[in-house]
Order: sequence, then structure tokens, then C-alpha cells
Amino acid sequence: MTPLLEATHVSKIFGGLVAVNEVTFDIPKKSIVSIIGPNGAGKTTFFNILTGLYRPTTGTIAFDGTDITAMRPDRILASGVARTFQNIRLFATMSARENVMVGQHTRMSGGLFGSIIRTPKVRAEEKHVHEKAGEMLELVGLSRREYDQTAINLSYGDQRRVEIARALASDPQLLLLDEPTAGMNPQESARLTQFIQKLRDEHDLTILLIEHDMKVVMNVSERITVLDHGEKIAEGEPAEVRKNDRVIEAYLGKSA
Amino acid sequence: MSGLIAFASTKKGTRIIVGAILLIAALYPLAFDTLATQMDVAIFVLAYVMMALGLNIVVGFAGLLDLGYVAFYAIGAYTIGWLASDHFTGVGGEESGNGVHILVSNFVSNSLGIHLNFFLVLIAAMIIAAVLGAFIGLPTLRLRGDYIAIVTLAFGEIIGRIALNGDEVTFGDYQLTNGQQAISPVDQPYLPGVAYEFDSAFNLRPYYWTGLVLLCFTLFVNFRLRDSRLGRAWIALREDEVAAASMGVPLVRTKLLAYAAGAALGGVAGAFLGSYNNAINSNQFQFSFSIFVLAMVILGGMGSIWGVTAGAVALAVIDRYLIPEVFDDLPSTFGLDFQLTQLSFGIFGFLLVLIMVLRPAGLFPERRRKMELTEGVGTDETVYEARM
Repeated sequence: MTPLLEATHVSKIFGGLVAVNEVTFDIPKKSIVSIIGPNGAGKTTFFNILTGLYRPTTGTIAFDGTDITAMRPDRILASGVARTFQNIRLFATMSARENVMVGQHTRMSGGLFGSIIRTPKVRAEEKHVHEKAGEMLELVGLSRREYDQTAINLSYGDQRRVEIARALASDPQLLLLDEPTAGMNPQESARLTQFIQKLRDEHDLTILLIEHDMKVVMNVSERITVLDHGEKIAEGEPAEVRKNDRVIEAYLGKSA
Repeated sequence: MSGLIAFASTKKGTRIIVGAILLIAALYPLAFDTLATQMDVAIFVLAYVMMALGLNIVVGFAGLLDLGYVAFYAIGAYTIGWLASDHFTGVGGEESGNGVHILVSNFVSNSLGIHLNFFLVLIAAMIIAAVLGAFIGLPTLRLRGDYIAIVTLAFGEIIGRIALNGDEVTFGDYQLTNGQQAISPVDQPYLPGVAYEFDSAFNLRPYYWTGLVLLCFTLFVNFRLRDSRLGRAWIALREDEVAAASMGVPLVRTKLLAYAAGAALGGVAGAFLGSYNNAINSNQFQFSFSIFVLAMVILGGMGSIWGVTAGAVALAVIDRYLIPEVFDDLPSTFGLDFQLTQLSFGIFGFLLVLIMVLRPAGLFPERRRKMELTEGVGTDETVYEARM
């Protein structure tokens, strides 16, 4: 089966720092893949490259057969790659629902004149987007009375949920989650794990995770890629990676 | 008072209050003589509110600090100067009765030069200003905050200088502008088929009502844009450009649309004011006017449509009426040897400082803007910074 996303020899150099070094990586359709690695290993930089926030210094990225290496972030989202952020980046003064409505921006067509005149088409579109935002929030399990709550006033866990809903609202094929369980307690993490599996099974999504919680990683991923100092040091099924010497060394240091 | 606010925030209450204000505004001219100072002041107030609402789209909604808004006043004014005056005498023939005339009144149907109907000129002004607005926006796309302000400031000055020296810029027999000589006279509004004569020399009421209709249009555009896909994209962009781009908001397009929409409304107000002033003089387009309009937006509350309207009304009334007409002789009653008009910029400065101390988010702050100010939300990071 052809992979959904294929990164080939991707490097990113900031001045003298090689943040990502010649990483080749692919994600099969309908799989759950994780990227792990110690702090500063280049995981988030890699995410930023995949979503167009950084342009790779070398290498190419293909998504669903198209080259997205030099695409703008909004075009990449439109082609079906959505993400969440490690440090939550909701639009703080917007309500949960409005945040999710922004996520649908590329799936809408109302322009300047349509918005001013508010044609029947634009009106119907707004209504649809409003309803769909509600459905997405329901899907991620936000309680109904929080829908119109300002994002900044939501609890930390709810903010994470809204961020996932906002990404899902763009109808992605590939969802990138940057440390989704950060700051969650074990029960919440477990629920999120189930939710990720549900997204894959019931909504045909492919999921790429950056995660520090090993319990989540080992439970949910079909394949794990390990980065250290910007390089891919290991790749494989959870059981293999767990035993890999270089991985253990990267996390725990070399024994004397 | 708190009861009134509660009433105003219900949907029905808002409608009743807005309806009442509109009714009062529509009947306002009947309370005064047709040529009263109060009428003249009111027409300026209407034009200034339109400009403030236009700027509000750029500064208030999209968060792009624009210090060169006077450019669009100038463009609007020159559009009517070019398309509805004797400026291009000889276009279409030199002899009496020649010239280009489209849907004009009997007053100008024999004049030389280009004479388009006022309302056609408004549309032209809107388009020209929008294109120029987007063009001015282009070099600011990679910038943020204060740097945008500097670039727009420079463009405002450039347009002002072109207006001033435009009498030296000639093509064929024609000058681009008349510089300080002014393009004058300018055609008055005219509705084909309606016998009502627009003539500011005898009756200011038609001007006032025209302005009021244009203002309602401007308000309508503001409200519709605020509550639209584009309005949400502007807020998203203002709060977190990186997240907005990652969520599918095209930065270039969205920012340029904000500039264009704001500029178009400024162009309309400029054309209206150009016609009312009956002269387009390069002295009208000073940097201080950009600041004046920005002060209206800030005083009222950035992003808040009613706030900006109130701020613009307040500053316009102070500028055109209270200082020059009512309190001008105040210093002399205390035995001081100056006129209050000489102090007007000092008074505006003082008012702004006062507002910043007492109500930093403006008279009627917009909810989000207030939060941004008090909770410190939002980030300055730009995608272009990230994309190096």
C-alpha cells in the first residue's frame, strides 16, 4: 500500500544548528504512528516542516501523491493535513465554537461580497459550519454548556479537546497531534488513547503523534520512530523499539 | 443607567435604540435652518464616522496598525475631482457643450471635462481606493505591529506629496492634481429622475441625507464583515498568525482584503467630502488627519463598531463645532490672548491621554480587545518569521 505521507531526506538547519538531519519517514494510510525522542530531538521542528511552518533546508515531502514541500501552511491544511500544538494555540478570545468554525475556513467559500450581501449560499454555509462545529465539539466530548465559553476560560483539558476539534473540523486525512496528553492525568490520557483509536477506526483518519507518555505511545502506536539530535535512530513496532539499545541510550545515557 | 445597558444588550432593545437613533439622525436637519452651522458640522461628522469605520476594519478587526489612512481620503477626493469636475477640460472636445457626461444634472450637462454622476464616482472611488489599499498592504505583509505602522505612514506621506506636487506631473495638457490651487468646483450629487436639486450653496439637507445613507451602508458593511467567515479569519490572524495559517487562513489574501475593504470605505467618504467641500486641495491630506481618524478608533474602542462610531462623533463634534464655534473665545474671557482653535491638537492629545488612563480599551471597548489588553493573550510570532 502506498503511504499517505512520505518525507524523504528531510533536513532543517538553523544557522549552525542541525535541528532535523536527513530524516526519511513515511506514514501508511489509516495507521497510528508516533514520533518519540528526548527533549530537543527535533520532533516539533519536524512537525512544523510537515505542516509548512518551516521550509525544509533539503528533502521533499509528499502527501497523498502530491509534493507539499514548498506549500503554504493553509494550502497544506486544505490538502488534508491538520495539526494541534504542543503549547495550546487556540484563539483565546473566541468561543470554543468559533475556534472550530475557523478550522473550517478552507472548506468554505464565502468571500468579501458574499459576506456583505449575505447571499442565501453564504447564509446556508454559515449555518452548516455552525452546526458542524457543534458536532465536532460533541465528538471530542466537550460538554454542551462550554460550547459558547471563551477559549481562555476553558479548563486545560477542554482546551486540548477544542484544539483537536478545530483540527478535525477541516476534514483532514492526516491528523498530527503534538503531545496531546501533556498535563493530563492517567485517566484522561487513557480516554484520549481510546479516542485516538476511535478516530482511526470510525473516521478513517491517519494519525501521527508526538508523545512523551510511554504508556500512551506503547498502547496506541503501530509504529514508532525515534529521533535524537535531529536524526532518526530507530523505527519499528513498539516492542522492537522498546528493546533497541540506541533508544535506551538516548533516553537514559550510556552506561559507563 | 445599568437598566438601560441591560435593555440595550437584548436583541429587541438594540433594535429599538438603533432605530430611535437613526430616526433622530434622519430628522436632525429639520431642526435647523437649511444652511445652519450645525448642518455643516453634521455633514463632516458623517464623513468622519465613515472614515473611522473604514479604518476600524484594518486596525480594529484585522489588527494591522495603519498610520496612512489619509491616503484613501485623498484617493476618494481626487477620484471625484477627476471624474466630476472641469479638471480635464478638453476631454471629448473643447467646444461648448462637449465633454463626457454620464447621468448628470442640467447644471453641468454643458460643462467641459469629465462629468460622471456622483454615485457612479462613488463606485469608482471605492474600486480605485480598494486596489490602492491592497497595493499599499503588499509591502507590509511580512511585517507586524509597529513596523506596519511605519510603512503605512510612509505611504500616507507619499500620497500626500503626490497630491501636493501633482500639478508638476503632466500628461498631455493635463495635470495629475492641482496641488494647492485645488480642483474646484466639483459636481454635486444628483439622482437622475429626482427633481430635488443638490446645491450646497442653498440647502445642506440633501447632502446630509446622502451622507447618512452612505454611513448606514458603511455600518452595514462593518457589521456584516465582522460576523462573517472573513471576520473570524481577521480575529484569528490578529491573535495568532501561526495558528491561523495552520488552520487554513490564507495570510496574504486575508490581510489584503482587510486593507482593501478599509480603503474602499475611506474612498467613499473621501469622494463624498470632496464633493461637499467643492474643492480638492492637497492641503487637506496631511499626516495629522491619519492620526485624527486613528484617534477616533482608539477613543471609541478598537474593533467595537458602535464604540468607533461614538468616538468619531465625539472627536468630530469637538473638532468642527465645540472648539471653533462654541468655546473659541473662551480664553479671551479669562483675559488670555489666543483662540481655542490654536490649542486644538493639544486638546485632542489631552483627551487621548485621559482616555488611556481612565478607559484604556476605549469608551465602548470591544469584548475581545479588552481581554487582549487585560489578559495578555495573543502572540507576535509571524509565519514569515517561522518560515525563514
